[in-house]
Amino acid sequence: MTQQFYVSPEQLMKDRADFARKGIARGRSVVVISCQDGIALVAENPSPSLHKIGEIYDKIAFAAVGKYNEFESLRQAGVRYADVRGYSYDREDVTARGLASVYAQSLGAVFTAEQKPFEVELAVAEVGPTPELDHLYRLTFDGSIADEHGFIVMGGQAERVSAVIAEGWRPSLRFAGAVRLATRSLASGPDPAAEQGEAGGTLPAKAVEVAVLDRQSETSRGFRRAFRRLNDSDITALLAEED
Amino acid sequence: MQETTANQVAGNATSSFTEHLQRDRPDLLPYNRAMPAAAAATAPLQVPHATTIVAMSYGGGVLMAGDRRATMGNVIASRHIEKVFPADRYSVLGIAGTAGIAIDLTRLFQVELEHYEKIEGTLLSLDGKANRLGAMIRGNLPMAMQGLAVVPLFAGFDTTAGVGRLFSYDVTGGRYEEREHHTVGSGSVFARGALKKLWRPNLAEAEAVSVAVESLYDAADDDSATGGPDPVRQLWPVVYTVNRDGARRIPESELAAVAGRIIETRSAERREA
Repeated sequence: MTQQFYVSPEQLMKDRADFARKGIARGRSVVVISCQDGIALVAENPSPSLHKIGEIYDKIAFAAVGKYNEFESLRQAGVRYADVRGYSYDREDVTARGLASVYAQSLGAVFTAEQKPFEVELAVAEVGPTPELDHLYRLTFDGSIADEHGFIVMGGQAERVSAVIAEGWRPSLRFAGAVRLATRSLASGPDPAAEQGEAGGTLPAKAVEVAVLDRQSETSRGFRRAFRRLNDSDITALLAEED
Repeated sequence: MQETTANQVAGNATSSFTEHLQRDRPDLLPYNRAMPAAAAATAPLQVPHATTIVAMSYGGGVLMAGDRRATMGNVIASRHIEKVFPADRYSVLGIAGTAGIAIDLTRLFQVELEHYEKIEGTLLSLDGKANRLGAMIRGNLPMAMQGLAVVPLFAGFDTTAGVGRLFSYDVTGGRYEEREHHTVGSGSVFARGALKKLWRPNLAEAEAVSVAVESLYDAADDDSATGGPDPVRQLWPVVYTVNRDGARRIPESELAAVAGRIIETRSAERREA
Protein backbone atom coordinates (compact mmCIF):
# COMPACT_ATOMS: atom_id res chain seq x y z
CA MET A 1 0.00 0.00 0.00
CA THR A 2 1.33 3.42 -0.91
CA GLN A 3 1.98 5.97 1.77
CA GLN A 4 -0.66 8.74 1.94
CA PHE A 5 0.99 12.13 2.36
CA TYR A 6 -0.72 14.66 4.58
CA VAL A 7 -2.17 17.61 2.67
CA SER A 8 -3.73 20.43 4.69
CA PRO A 9 -7.37 21.25 3.85
CA GLU A 10 -6.36 24.81 2.94
CA GLN A 11 -3.86 23.54 0.41
CA LEU A 12 -6.33 21.01 -0.99
CA MET A 13 -9.00 23.66 -1.59
CA LYS A 14 -6.49 26.08 -3.04
CA ASP A 15 -5.22 23.45 -5.48
CA ARG A 16 -8.74 22.63 -6.59
CA ALA A 17 -9.63 26.30 -7.03
CA ASP A 18 -6.45 26.98 -9.03
CA PHE A 19 -7.20 24.00 -11.23
CA ALA A 20 -10.73 25.21 -11.96
CA ARG A 21 -9.65 28.81 -12.51
CA LYS A 22 -7.04 27.76 -15.05
CA GLY A 23 -9.57 25.75 -17.02
CA ILE A 24 -12.04 28.64 -17.10
CA ALA A 25 -9.47 31.26 -18.15
CA ARG A 26 -8.42 29.10 -21.10
CA GLY A 27 -11.72 29.62 -22.97
CA ARG A 28 -13.30 32.68 -24.53
CA SER A 29 -15.42 35.26 -22.77
CA VAL A 30 -19.19 35.54 -22.43
CA VAL A 31 -20.94 38.84 -21.70
CA VAL A 32 -24.42 39.33 -20.23
CA ILE A 33 -25.74 42.91 -20.33
CA SER A 34 -28.98 44.20 -18.87
CA CYS A 35 -30.36 47.16 -20.85
CA GLN A 36 -33.55 49.02 -21.60
CA ASP A 37 -34.92 46.49 -24.15
CA GLY A 38 -34.12 43.49 -21.96
CA ILE A 39 -31.02 41.39 -21.43
CA ALA A 40 -28.47 40.69 -24.17
CA LEU A 41 -26.25 37.61 -23.93
CA VAL A 42 -23.20 37.60 -26.18
CA ALA A 43 -20.54 34.90 -26.43
CA GLU A 44 -17.49 34.59 -28.59
CA ASN A 45 -18.27 31.23 -30.16
CA PRO A 46 -17.48 30.21 -33.73
CA SER A 47 -19.68 27.09 -33.57
CA PRO A 48 -23.25 27.59 -34.78
CA SER A 49 -24.56 24.51 -32.96
CA LEU A 50 -22.60 24.04 -29.73
CA HIS A 51 -24.17 26.79 -27.71
CA LYS A 52 -22.85 28.58 -24.65
CA ILE A 53 -26.13 30.43 -24.18
CA GLY A 54 -29.45 28.71 -23.64
CA GLU A 55 -33.09 29.20 -22.74
CA ILE A 56 -34.17 27.90 -19.33
CA TYR A 57 -37.71 29.23 -18.96
CA ASP A 58 -40.09 32.00 -19.99
CA LYS A 59 -37.99 34.87 -18.62
CA ILE A 60 -34.79 33.04 -17.69
CA ALA A 61 -31.63 32.42 -19.71
CA PHE A 62 -28.36 30.69 -19.03
CA ALA A 63 -24.82 31.48 -20.15
CA ALA A 64 -21.66 29.58 -19.37
CA VAL A 65 -17.93 29.35 -19.94
CA GLY A 66 -15.59 26.45 -19.36
CA LYS A 67 -15.90 22.78 -20.29
CA TYR A 68 -18.77 22.09 -22.66
CA ASN A 69 -19.80 18.70 -21.24
CA GLU A 70 -19.93 20.07 -17.71
CA PHE A 71 -21.98 23.21 -18.36
CA GLU A 72 -24.22 21.40 -20.85
CA SER A 73 -25.21 18.89 -18.17
CA LEU A 74 -25.88 21.79 -15.79
CA ARG A 75 -27.99 23.54 -18.44
CA GLN A 76 -30.09 20.44 -19.02
CA ALA A 77 -30.51 19.96 -15.28
CA GLY A 78 -31.67 23.58 -15.07
CA VAL A 79 -34.24 23.10 -17.83
CA ARG A 80 -35.56 19.99 -16.04
CA TYR A 81 -35.70 21.78 -12.70
CA ALA A 82 -37.58 24.74 -14.21
CA ASP A 83 -40.02 22.61 -16.22
CA VAL A 84 -40.87 20.34 -13.29
CA ARG A 85 -41.38 23.33 -11.04
CA GLY A 86 -43.51 25.19 -13.57
CA TYR A 87 -45.56 22.08 -14.28
CA SER A 88 -46.22 21.18 -10.66
CA TYR A 89 -46.83 24.73 -9.38
CA ASP A 90 -47.35 27.44 -11.96
CA ARG A 91 -45.28 29.08 -14.67
CA GLU A 92 -44.81 32.27 -12.67
CA ASP A 93 -43.37 30.34 -9.72
CA VAL A 94 -40.16 29.61 -11.61
CA THR A 95 -37.59 32.23 -10.63
CA ALA A 96 -33.93 32.83 -11.40
CA ARG A 97 -33.22 33.02 -7.67
CA GLY A 98 -34.51 29.48 -7.11
CA LEU A 99 -32.58 28.14 -10.06
CA ALA A 100 -29.37 29.94 -9.08
CA SER A 101 -29.50 28.52 -5.58
CA VAL A 102 -29.94 24.99 -6.94
CA TYR A 103 -26.93 25.57 -9.20
CA ALA A 104 -24.92 26.95 -6.28
CA GLN A 105 -25.68 23.86 -4.21
CA SER A 106 -24.74 21.42 -6.96
CA LEU A 107 -21.55 23.28 -7.85
CA GLY A 108 -20.63 23.42 -4.16
CA ALA A 109 -21.27 19.72 -3.70
CA VAL A 110 -19.15 18.82 -6.73
CA PHE A 111 -16.35 21.13 -5.59
CA THR A 112 -15.97 19.47 -2.20
CA ALA A 113 -17.04 15.88 -2.81
CA GLU A 114 -16.02 14.89 -6.34
CA GLN A 115 -12.66 13.89 -7.77
CA LYS A 116 -12.33 17.15 -9.64
CA PRO A 117 -14.30 20.41 -9.48
CA PHE A 118 -16.39 21.61 -12.44
CA GLU A 119 -14.34 23.93 -14.63
CA VAL A 120 -17.26 26.23 -15.35
CA GLU A 121 -18.65 29.62 -14.52
CA LEU A 122 -22.35 30.30 -15.04
CA ALA A 123 -24.66 33.26 -15.36
CA VAL A 124 -28.40 33.00 -14.73
CA ALA A 125 -30.37 35.99 -16.03
CA GLU A 126 -34.01 36.84 -15.51
CA VAL A 127 -35.67 39.70 -17.34
CA GLY A 128 -38.20 41.75 -15.34
CA PRO A 129 -40.89 44.26 -16.35
CA THR A 130 -38.41 47.12 -15.78
CA PRO A 131 -34.58 47.18 -15.85
CA GLU A 132 -34.52 47.61 -12.05
CA LEU A 133 -36.27 44.25 -11.69
CA ASP A 134 -33.77 42.33 -13.84
CA HIS A 135 -31.79 39.70 -11.98
CA LEU A 136 -28.28 38.64 -12.91
CA TYR A 137 -26.58 35.90 -10.89
CA ARG A 138 -23.01 34.79 -11.30
CA LEU A 139 -22.09 31.29 -10.12
CA THR A 140 -18.52 30.14 -9.80
CA PHE A 141 -16.99 26.65 -9.75
CA ASP A 142 -16.96 26.42 -5.91
CA GLY A 143 -20.66 27.18 -5.57
CA SER A 144 -20.38 30.82 -4.58
CA ILE A 145 -23.14 33.00 -5.89
CA ALA A 146 -23.15 36.73 -6.56
CA ASP A 147 -26.06 39.03 -7.39
CA GLU A 148 -24.67 41.37 -10.05
CA HIS A 149 -25.98 44.69 -11.28
CA GLY A 150 -25.91 45.79 -14.91
CA PHE A 151 -23.61 43.26 -16.53
CA ILE A 152 -21.57 40.08 -16.07
CA VAL A 153 -18.36 39.13 -17.85
CA MET A 154 -17.03 35.59 -17.48
CA GLY A 155 -14.12 33.52 -18.74
CA GLY A 156 -11.13 34.22 -20.98
CA GLN A 157 -9.73 37.73 -20.58
CA ALA A 158 -12.53 38.67 -18.22
CA GLU A 159 -10.80 41.66 -16.63
CA ARG A 160 -9.91 43.32 -19.91
CA VAL A 161 -13.38 42.75 -21.38
CA SER A 162 -15.02 43.91 -18.18
CA ALA A 163 -13.09 47.18 -18.25
CA VAL A 164 -14.39 47.99 -21.75
CA ILE A 165 -17.98 47.21 -20.76
CA ALA A 166 -17.79 49.19 -17.51
CA GLU A 167 -16.73 52.21 -19.52
CA GLY A 168 -19.51 52.01 -22.11
CA TRP A 169 -22.44 50.61 -20.13
CA ARG A 170 -25.51 52.75 -19.47
CA PRO A 171 -28.95 51.50 -18.33
CA SER A 172 -30.52 53.33 -21.29
CA LEU A 173 -28.75 51.17 -23.92
CA ARG A 174 -30.95 49.49 -26.54
CA PHE A 175 -30.22 45.96 -27.83
CA ALA A 176 -28.21 47.36 -30.76
CA GLY A 177 -26.01 49.40 -28.47
CA ALA A 178 -25.59 46.58 -25.95
CA VAL A 179 -24.62 43.98 -28.57
CA ARG A 180 -22.25 46.44 -30.23
CA LEU A 181 -20.62 47.18 -26.89
CA ALA A 182 -20.34 43.46 -26.15
CA THR A 183 -18.75 42.57 -29.49
CA ARG A 184 -16.35 45.50 -29.18
CA SER A 185 -15.33 44.40 -25.72
CA LEU A 186 -14.87 40.76 -26.79
CA ALA A 187 -12.63 41.93 -29.64
CA SER A 188 -10.39 43.80 -27.22
CA GLY A 189 -8.61 40.60 -26.17
CA PRO A 190 -5.29 39.57 -27.71
CA ASP A 191 -7.07 36.71 -29.45
CA PRO A 192 -6.28 35.99 -33.12
CA ALA A 193 -10.02 36.11 -33.88
CA ALA A 194 -9.97 39.78 -32.94
CA GLU A 195 -7.80 40.59 -35.92
CA GLN A 196 -10.61 39.59 -38.26
CA GLY A 197 -12.76 42.33 -36.73
CA GLU A 198 -13.22 45.20 -39.15
CA ALA A 199 -13.34 48.91 -38.46
CA GLY A 200 -13.80 49.74 -34.78
CA GLY A 201 -12.50 46.31 -33.78
CA THR A 202 -15.75 44.35 -33.45
CA LEU A 203 -16.12 40.66 -34.17
CA PRO A 204 -17.87 39.43 -37.33
CA ALA A 205 -21.38 37.99 -36.86
CA LYS A 206 -20.04 34.47 -37.60
CA ALA A 207 -17.73 34.52 -34.60
CA VAL A 208 -20.33 35.44 -32.00
CA GLU A 209 -23.37 33.79 -30.52
CA VAL A 210 -26.07 36.27 -29.54
CA ALA A 211 -29.39 35.76 -27.76
CA VAL A 212 -31.71 38.20 -26.06
CA LEU A 213 -34.35 38.11 -23.36
CA ASP A 214 -36.96 40.48 -24.73
CA ARG A 215 -38.58 42.62 -22.05
CA GLN A 216 -41.67 43.24 -24.19
CA SER A 217 -42.06 39.76 -25.70
CA GLU A 218 -45.79 39.53 -24.88
CA THR A 219 -46.73 42.82 -26.48
CA SER A 220 -44.28 42.93 -29.38
CA ARG A 221 -44.27 39.30 -30.49
CA GLY A 222 -47.17 37.70 -28.63
CA PHE A 223 -44.92 35.14 -26.93
CA ARG A 224 -44.65 34.40 -23.23
CA ARG A 225 -41.16 33.08 -23.88
CA ALA A 226 -38.82 36.06 -23.87
CA PHE A 227 -35.74 34.17 -25.11
CA ARG A 228 -34.78 34.68 -28.72
CA ARG A 229 -31.63 33.44 -30.45
CA LEU A 230 -30.35 35.74 -33.19
CA ASN A 231 -28.95 34.29 -36.41
CA ASP A 232 -26.07 35.80 -38.36
CA SER A 233 -28.24 38.09 -40.49
CA ASP A 234 -30.15 39.29 -37.40
CA ILE A 235 -26.84 40.11 -35.73
CA THR A 236 -25.52 41.96 -38.78
CA ALA A 237 -28.76 43.95 -39.02
CA LEU A 238 -28.72 44.73 -35.30
CA LEU A 239 -25.09 45.89 -35.39
CA ALA A 240 -25.85 48.18 -38.32
CA GLU A 241 -28.83 49.73 -36.49
CA GLU A 242 -28.62 53.26 -35.11
CA ASP A 243 -28.87 53.69 -31.33
CA MET B 1 -16.45 0.22 -14.97
CA GLN B 2 -15.85 2.73 -17.78
CA GLU B 3 -18.51 1.15 -19.91
CA THR B 4 -21.17 1.05 -17.22
CA THR B 5 -20.64 4.75 -16.52
CA ALA B 6 -21.00 5.55 -20.21
CA ASN B 7 -24.09 3.40 -20.44
CA GLN B 8 -25.55 5.11 -17.41
CA VAL B 9 -24.99 8.56 -18.88
CA ALA B 10 -26.51 7.54 -22.20
CA GLY B 11 -29.43 5.88 -20.45
CA ASN B 12 -30.14 8.96 -18.36
CA ALA B 13 -30.00 11.33 -21.31
CA THR B 14 -33.57 12.06 -22.28
CA SER B 15 -35.16 14.97 -24.09
CA SER B 16 -38.60 13.87 -22.97
CA PHE B 17 -40.21 15.60 -20.02
CA THR B 18 -42.65 12.71 -19.54
CA GLU B 19 -39.82 10.18 -19.30
CA HIS B 20 -38.09 12.41 -16.79
CA LEU B 21 -41.24 12.60 -14.66
CA GLN B 22 -41.79 8.87 -14.94
CA ARG B 23 -38.32 8.29 -13.54
CA ASP B 24 -38.06 11.03 -10.92
CA ARG B 25 -41.54 12.30 -10.07
CA PRO B 26 -44.15 9.69 -11.15
CA ASP B 27 -46.65 11.26 -8.74
CA LEU B 28 -46.89 14.32 -11.00
CA LEU B 29 -48.14 12.42 -14.05
CA PRO B 30 -51.88 12.72 -14.71
CA TYR B 31 -52.10 8.96 -15.31
CA ASN B 32 -50.27 5.98 -13.71
CA ARG B 33 -52.55 6.18 -10.72
CA ALA B 34 -53.71 3.02 -8.99
CA MET B 35 -57.47 3.23 -8.58
CA PRO B 36 -59.31 1.27 -5.92
CA ALA B 37 -60.79 -1.81 -7.57
CA ALA B 38 -64.15 -1.20 -5.87
CA ALA B 39 -64.56 2.09 -7.73
CA ALA B 40 -64.79 0.33 -11.07
CA ALA B 41 -67.54 -2.01 -9.94
CA THR B 42 -70.00 0.73 -8.96
CA ALA B 43 -71.65 3.22 -11.31
CA PRO B 44 -69.28 5.34 -13.43
CA LEU B 45 -67.82 8.33 -11.64
CA GLN B 46 -69.71 11.61 -12.15
CA VAL B 47 -67.06 13.99 -13.52
CA PRO B 48 -67.19 16.78 -16.09
CA HIS B 49 -66.96 15.64 -19.69
CA ALA B 50 -65.74 17.81 -22.48
CA THR B 51 -67.51 17.35 -25.78
CA THR B 52 -67.35 18.17 -29.47
CA ILE B 53 -64.20 19.16 -31.37
CA VAL B 54 -64.02 19.65 -35.14
CA ALA B 55 -60.91 20.01 -37.27
CA MET B 56 -60.41 20.51 -40.99
CA SER B 57 -57.80 21.44 -43.53
CA TYR B 58 -58.15 24.59 -45.60
CA GLY B 59 -56.06 26.34 -48.22
CA GLY B 60 -52.73 26.96 -46.47
CA GLY B 61 -53.22 25.19 -43.17
CA VAL B 62 -55.49 23.47 -40.68
CA LEU B 63 -58.20 24.72 -38.35
CA MET B 64 -59.57 23.37 -35.08
CA ALA B 65 -62.67 24.45 -33.20
CA GLY B 66 -64.39 23.34 -30.02
CA ASP B 67 -67.65 24.27 -28.30
CA ARG B 68 -67.67 25.69 -24.77
CA ARG B 69 -69.70 23.15 -22.82
CA ALA B 70 -68.73 20.50 -20.25
CA THR B 71 -71.41 18.20 -18.89
CA MET B 72 -71.70 15.99 -15.84
CA GLY B 73 -74.52 13.53 -16.44
CA ASN B 74 -77.55 15.65 -17.28
CA VAL B 75 -76.08 18.80 -15.72
CA ILE B 76 -74.05 21.47 -17.53
CA ALA B 77 -70.79 21.53 -15.56
CA SER B 78 -69.31 24.52 -17.38
CA ARG B 79 -70.37 26.94 -20.09
CA HIS B 80 -66.95 28.54 -20.39
CA ILE B 81 -64.58 25.60 -20.67
CA GLU B 82 -61.96 25.82 -23.42
CA LYS B 83 -61.04 22.57 -25.12
CA VAL B 84 -58.75 23.66 -27.93
CA PHE B 85 -55.22 24.69 -26.95
CA PRO B 86 -52.05 25.70 -28.74
CA ALA B 87 -49.51 22.88 -28.20
CA ASP B 88 -46.60 24.94 -29.47
CA ARG B 89 -45.99 27.50 -32.24
CA TYR B 90 -47.01 25.18 -35.07
CA SER B 91 -49.59 22.85 -33.60
CA VAL B 92 -52.85 22.80 -31.67
CA LEU B 93 -54.77 20.09 -29.89
CA GLY B 94 -58.39 19.65 -28.92
CA ILE B 95 -59.65 17.27 -26.27
CA ALA B 96 -62.85 15.34 -25.69
CA GLY B 97 -63.56 13.08 -22.71
CA THR B 98 -62.87 13.44 -18.98
CA ALA B 99 -62.12 17.15 -18.63
CA GLY B 100 -59.85 17.03 -15.56
CA ILE B 101 -57.46 14.46 -16.99
CA ALA B 102 -57.63 15.95 -20.47
CA ILE B 103 -56.60 19.41 -19.30
CA ASP B 104 -53.66 17.98 -17.34
CA LEU B 105 -52.63 15.87 -20.33
CA THR B 106 -52.69 19.01 -22.46
CA ARG B 107 -50.46 20.83 -20.00
CA LEU B 108 -48.09 17.89 -19.92
CA PHE B 109 -48.01 17.76 -23.71
CA GLN B 110 -47.27 21.49 -23.96
CA VAL B 111 -44.37 21.18 -21.51
CA GLU B 112 -43.17 18.04 -23.33
CA LEU B 113 -42.83 19.92 -26.62
CA GLU B 114 -41.22 22.99 -25.06
CA HIS B 115 -38.85 20.83 -23.02
CA TYR B 116 -37.67 18.98 -26.10
CA GLU B 117 -37.12 22.26 -27.92
CA LYS B 118 -35.05 23.69 -25.08
CA ILE B 119 -32.94 20.57 -24.53
CA GLU B 120 -32.33 19.79 -28.20
CA GLY B 121 -32.36 23.29 -29.62
CA THR B 122 -34.74 22.31 -32.44
CA LEU B 123 -38.47 21.74 -32.76
CA LEU B 124 -39.77 18.18 -32.72
CA SER B 125 -41.03 17.02 -36.13
CA LEU B 126 -44.82 17.00 -36.56
CA ASP B 127 -44.86 13.18 -36.71
CA GLY B 128 -42.73 13.11 -33.57
CA LYS B 129 -45.24 15.33 -31.76
CA ALA B 130 -48.16 13.18 -32.94
CA ASN B 131 -46.40 10.01 -31.71
CA ARG B 132 -45.65 11.52 -28.30
CA LEU B 133 -49.32 12.43 -27.87
CA GLY B 134 -50.29 8.87 -28.82
CA ALA B 135 -47.94 7.49 -26.16
CA MET B 136 -49.52 9.74 -23.52
CA ILE B 137 -53.02 8.60 -24.44
CA ARG B 138 -51.86 4.99 -24.20
CA GLY B 139 -50.46 5.79 -20.75
CA ASN B 140 -53.97 6.77 -19.73
CA LEU B 141 -55.44 3.42 -20.87
CA PRO B 142 -55.92 1.94 -17.36
CA MET B 143 -58.00 4.99 -16.41
CA ALA B 144 -59.87 4.82 -19.73
CA MET B 145 -60.87 1.23 -18.86
CA GLN B 146 -62.52 2.61 -15.75
CA GLY B 147 -64.49 5.16 -17.71
CA LEU B 148 -62.10 8.12 -17.55
CA ALA B 149 -61.12 8.22 -21.21
CA VAL B 150 -59.51 11.12 -23.06
CA VAL B 151 -59.66 11.36 -26.84
CA PRO B 152 -57.66 14.16 -28.46
CA LEU B 153 -57.49 15.57 -31.93
CA PHE B 154 -54.15 16.97 -33.07
CA ALA B 155 -53.45 19.38 -35.91
CA GLY B 156 -50.27 21.09 -36.97
CA PHE B 157 -48.30 22.62 -39.76
CA ASP B 158 -45.52 20.41 -41.09
CA THR B 159 -42.79 22.99 -41.68
CA THR B 160 -40.60 20.63 -43.73
CA ALA B 161 -43.36 19.43 -46.07
CA GLY B 162 -45.13 22.81 -46.02
CA VAL B 163 -48.63 21.40 -45.41
CA GLY B 164 -51.14 21.32 -42.58
CA ARG B 165 -51.86 17.83 -41.20
CA LEU B 166 -54.49 16.30 -38.96
CA PHE B 167 -54.29 13.35 -36.56
CA SER B 168 -57.01 11.50 -34.68
CA TYR B 169 -56.55 9.01 -31.83
CA ASP B 170 -58.41 6.19 -30.15
CA VAL B 171 -58.33 5.45 -26.40
CA THR B 172 -55.51 2.92 -26.84
CA GLY B 173 -53.24 5.62 -28.25
CA GLY B 174 -53.68 4.52 -31.88
CA ARG B 175 -52.77 7.37 -34.19
CA TYR B 176 -54.51 7.90 -37.53
CA GLU B 177 -53.76 10.62 -40.02
CA GLU B 178 -56.97 12.19 -41.33
CA ARG B 179 -57.53 13.93 -44.61
CA GLU B 180 -59.94 16.80 -45.18
CA HIS B 181 -61.70 16.87 -41.79
CA HIS B 182 -62.47 14.99 -38.60
CA THR B 183 -64.59 15.32 -35.46
CA VAL B 184 -64.50 13.83 -31.94
CA GLY B 185 -66.78 13.93 -28.90
CA SER B 186 -70.44 13.32 -28.20
CA GLY B 187 -71.72 15.64 -30.94
CA SER B 188 -69.19 14.41 -33.49
CA VAL B 189 -71.69 12.46 -35.60
CA PHE B 190 -73.80 15.53 -36.26
CA ALA B 191 -70.83 17.82 -36.78
CA ARG B 192 -69.40 15.30 -39.23
CA GLY B 193 -72.65 15.23 -41.17
CA ALA B 194 -72.58 19.01 -41.43
CA LEU B 195 -68.91 19.04 -42.49
CA LYS B 196 -69.63 16.55 -45.27
CA LYS B 197 -72.00 19.06 -46.84
CA LEU B 198 -70.19 22.30 -45.99
CA TRP B 199 -66.50 21.47 -46.46
CA ARG B 200 -64.79 21.95 -49.84
CA PRO B 201 -61.12 21.63 -50.77
CA ASN B 202 -59.05 24.84 -50.50
CA LEU B 203 -61.46 26.87 -48.44
CA ALA B 204 -60.26 30.37 -47.57
CA GLU B 205 -59.50 30.90 -43.89
CA ALA B 206 -62.62 33.01 -43.23
CA GLU B 207 -64.82 30.44 -44.99
CA ALA B 208 -63.25 27.63 -42.97
CA VAL B 209 -63.99 29.49 -39.71
CA SER B 210 -67.61 29.86 -40.77
CA VAL B 211 -67.86 26.16 -41.72
CA ALA B 212 -66.42 25.14 -38.33
CA VAL B 213 -68.84 27.33 -36.37
CA GLU B 214 -71.79 26.11 -38.43
CA SER B 215 -70.88 22.43 -37.94
CA LEU B 216 -70.69 23.02 -34.18
CA TYR B 217 -74.07 24.74 -34.40
CA ASP B 218 -75.51 21.61 -36.01
CA ALA B 219 -73.87 19.41 -33.36
CA ALA B 220 -75.36 21.57 -30.59
CA ASP B 221 -78.75 21.38 -32.29
CA ASP B 222 -78.97 17.61 -31.89
CA ASP B 223 -76.57 16.78 -29.04
CA SER B 224 -77.52 18.04 -25.59
CA ALA B 225 -73.90 17.87 -24.40
CA THR B 226 -72.65 20.31 -27.04
CA GLY B 227 -73.13 24.04 -26.51
CA GLY B 228 -74.12 26.28 -29.41
CA PRO B 229 -73.16 29.94 -29.83
CA ASP B 230 -74.57 31.86 -26.86
CA PRO B 231 -75.50 35.49 -27.76
CA VAL B 232 -76.93 36.07 -24.26
CA ARG B 233 -73.60 35.43 -22.51
CA GLN B 234 -71.55 36.34 -25.60
CA LEU B 235 -69.91 32.91 -25.72
CA TRP B 236 -68.53 31.62 -29.00
CA PRO B 237 -66.59 28.48 -29.89
CA VAL B 238 -62.81 28.53 -29.50
CA VAL B 239 -61.21 28.46 -32.97
CA TYR B 240 -57.52 28.16 -33.82
CA THR B 241 -55.91 28.20 -37.25
CA VAL B 242 -52.40 26.90 -37.93
CA ASN B 243 -50.51 27.82 -41.07
CA ARG B 244 -46.98 28.72 -42.17
CA ASP B 245 -46.96 31.68 -39.76
CA GLY B 246 -47.90 29.53 -36.77
CA ALA B 247 -50.98 29.03 -34.63
CA ARG B 248 -53.44 31.90 -34.22
CA ARG B 249 -56.58 32.18 -32.12
CA ILE B 250 -59.47 33.72 -34.01
CA PRO B 251 -60.56 36.82 -32.04
CA GLU B 252 -63.94 36.85 -30.26
CA SER B 253 -65.24 39.78 -32.33
CA GLU B 254 -64.75 37.85 -35.56
CA LEU B 255 -66.47 34.76 -34.13
CA ALA B 256 -69.38 36.85 -32.85
CA ALA B 257 -69.93 38.16 -36.38
CA VAL B 258 -69.70 34.67 -37.92
CA ALA B 259 -72.06 33.12 -35.36
CA GLY B 260 -74.44 36.06 -35.74
CA ARG B 261 -74.64 35.53 -39.50
CA ILE B 262 -75.37 31.80 -39.09
CA ILE B 263 -78.14 32.42 -36.53
CA GLU B 264 -79.61 35.12 -38.79
CA THR B 265 -79.66 32.91 -41.90
CA ARG B 266 -81.20 30.02 -40.01
CA SER B 267 -83.87 32.25 -38.43
CA ALA B 268 -84.72 33.71 -41.84
CA GLU B 269 -85.19 30.25 -43.34
CA ARG B 270 -87.80 29.37 -40.67
CA ARG B 271 -87.21 25.67 -41.14
CA GLU B 272 -87.15 22.74 -38.77
CA ALA B 273 -83.49 21.87 -39.40
